[in-house]
Amino acid sequence: MAQKEVLVRVENLKKHFPIRRGFLIQRQVGAIKAVDGVSFDIYRGETLGLVGESGCGKTTTGRTLLQLYRPTSGSVHFEGEDLVDMKGEQLRRQRRKMQMIFQDPYASLNPRMTVGRIIREPLEVHDVGSVKERQDRVHELLRLVGMNPYFVNRYPHEFSGGQRQRIGVARALALNPSFIVCDEPISAFDVSIQAQVVNLLEDLQADLGLTYLFIAHDLSMVRHISTRVAVMYLGKIVELTDRDTLYSDPQHPYTEALLSAVPIPDPEVEEERERVILEGEVPSPANPPVGCNFNTRCPKVMQVCHEVDPEFKEIAPGHWCACHLVG
Amino acid sequence: MSTLLSVRGLETRFYTQEGVVHAVNGISYTLDEGATLGIVGESGCGKSTSVLSMLRLIPSPPGKITGGEVLFEERDLLKMDREELRHVRGNRIAMVFQDPMTSLNPVLTIERQLTEALQVHMEMGHARATKHSIELLEMVGIPQADQRIKDYPHQFSGGMRQRVMIAMALSCNPQILIGDEPTTSLDVTIQAQIIDLVKRLRDEMGMAVIWITHDLGVVARLVEWVNVMYAGYIVEMGPVKDIYGRLRHPYTIALMGSLPRLDQTGHQRLQAIEGLPPDLISLPPGCPFAPRCDYVLDRCLTENPPLESVGGDHVAACWNLEATLGYQRSSR
Repeated sequence: MAQKEVLVRVENLKKHFPIRRGFLIQRQVGAIKAVDGVSFDIYRGETLGLVGESGCGKTTTGRTLLQLYRPTSGSVHFEGEDLVDMKGEQLRRQRRKMQMIFQDPYASLNPRMTVGRIIREPLEVHDVGSVKERQDRVHELLRLVGMNPYFVNRYPHEFSGGQRQRIGVARALALNPSFIVCDEPISAFDVSIQAQVVNLLEDLQADLGLTYLFIAHDLSMVRHISTRVAVMYLGKIVELTDRDTLYSDPQHPYTEALLSAVPIPDPEVEEERERVILEGEVPSPANPPVGCNFNTRCPKVMQVCHEVDPEFKEIAPGHWCACHLVG
Repeated sequence: MSTLLSVRGLETRFYTQEGVVHAVNGISYTLDEGATLGIVGESGCGKSTSVLSMLRLIPSPPGKITGGEVLFEERDLLKMDREELRHVRGNRIAMVFQDPMTSLNPVLTIERQLTEALQVHMEMGHARATKHSIELLEMVGIPQADQRIKDYPHQFSGGMRQRVMIAMALSCNPQILIGDEPTTSLDVTIQAQIIDLVKRLRDEMGMAVIWITHDLGVVARLVEWVNVMYAGYIVEMGPVKDIYGRLRHPYTIALMGSLPRLDQTGHQRLQAIEGLPPDLISLPPGCPFAPRCDYVLDRCLTENPPLESVGGDHVAACWNLEATLGYQRSSR
């Protein structure tokens, strides 16, 4: 990436979901700390991969960033302006520049709307273009995602999962956004369809100059598509750096364990690999441990890890990590 | 190593309103004592159906095993009477499924469910069965097993439930443990724990394992033998290092080419397989992969190739094996 213009700046973003008890009068007795203070930049034109296992908060981060959930605290600057401060019409106008592609191609398309209507909807909601212009745009978008414009009058159920995802992509592109959050866009598919969708996303990025936040749990695919990668665990980012460094020289023990757990389709390589097998399970986000969130499972845990939450800091240029062992 | 299981010409169909689904189309393979076999393929290839057919767990109607035999310890599982089959299932051949929540009874404690198999198949009394069950839970790595045995399935996490399923499957010391995508819905670090556990138990107990998955990485980590399935056929089969080292079937080649690798350097465009898998109701004549194949010949469109040897125990079903002989995976 030649220029490093910051498109999105997230600072200390938190999203806590309250746990309430009581019948007539509800009291808050605790909170699920789904996202618990994450900070990162996304540069124009890059793909930032956001990985982690279930419950780590990656999907919630993506949604909170787009203000689909309102943050509990923190800021999200998009092209220099804080989205958290915006409301109503002002926020709606920003929404044209940032869009989302969802995980489930069956649930994210309205089964009672034709493909044409689904893709046209964002244009109608934001009152963009005349009727004829919208029609032309829909045809153009279908062609862009490799589908026949003739399909405008068909319904989602007439298509395969992979094709439905293409429709979802077309819809996301309708308003010409500069930034797209891809929330596990390929997890629902077989391997051969995953490759088709990823190739499409890469081509569109090159042709349209898009910036992606690519949320996924498949580390091999994230490696393939990302420029930089952030690893999340229990609501926090534990490591963030460029793609090659993360995969060849991870600093955080969780990143090491995560990479070691991913099977590689090569039996000779598998035999030689050093394995870090984590014990136990992820603690509950309603009750994270005191100190470092990873201290219940970390193979390199020390006394300080049980007392002090490590700071997320830059340990080398462009390489961020939250661990007492490093930096 | 003696042959434990011999599948010959297994064929399963589903009779539905839309037509007859040719789910499994005459597959044959053997499994030796103590061997680990991976059956790999994408959804709809028949990998689960073929194994469920073996144990006659296919709902009938609409399913029907229309041909073949499955010899286990010299007896054909497909022809046994129900009573004999009951003695095999859960006892000599045990199975772990993908979603432990549907295989575990949500209203019974783990103790009840574990001891059931022991009492039925091993004729243990309650006290002994409970003691043995606690040992099984410890063996699969459940902490505080003596307390947790009284819990209900919903009180366990996904990974823990899968361990309980494995404990149940192993309770009667089976000769074959079958896993039907048991780690697909689990996080990758939990999957690694489960694979490690299965390897350890396999080595300790000397049982054979059949592992069904779509994940070519899991296969590389766990198994010795591989069957690659497509549209209800086995298209390539052999020792895992032979298959991965020298891919011969165009589908397997295409599949590997579409996978990103964790250890790759640089960026290479994924080679997506264009098109979709065939409709199992109207399978075209000839090779099922022909419409999507990079190496297709005229013959492929009319005749379905048989499996033939490409070296040692490695076989592949293709009319154009000469073309794939030169295939080398691009260096990573």
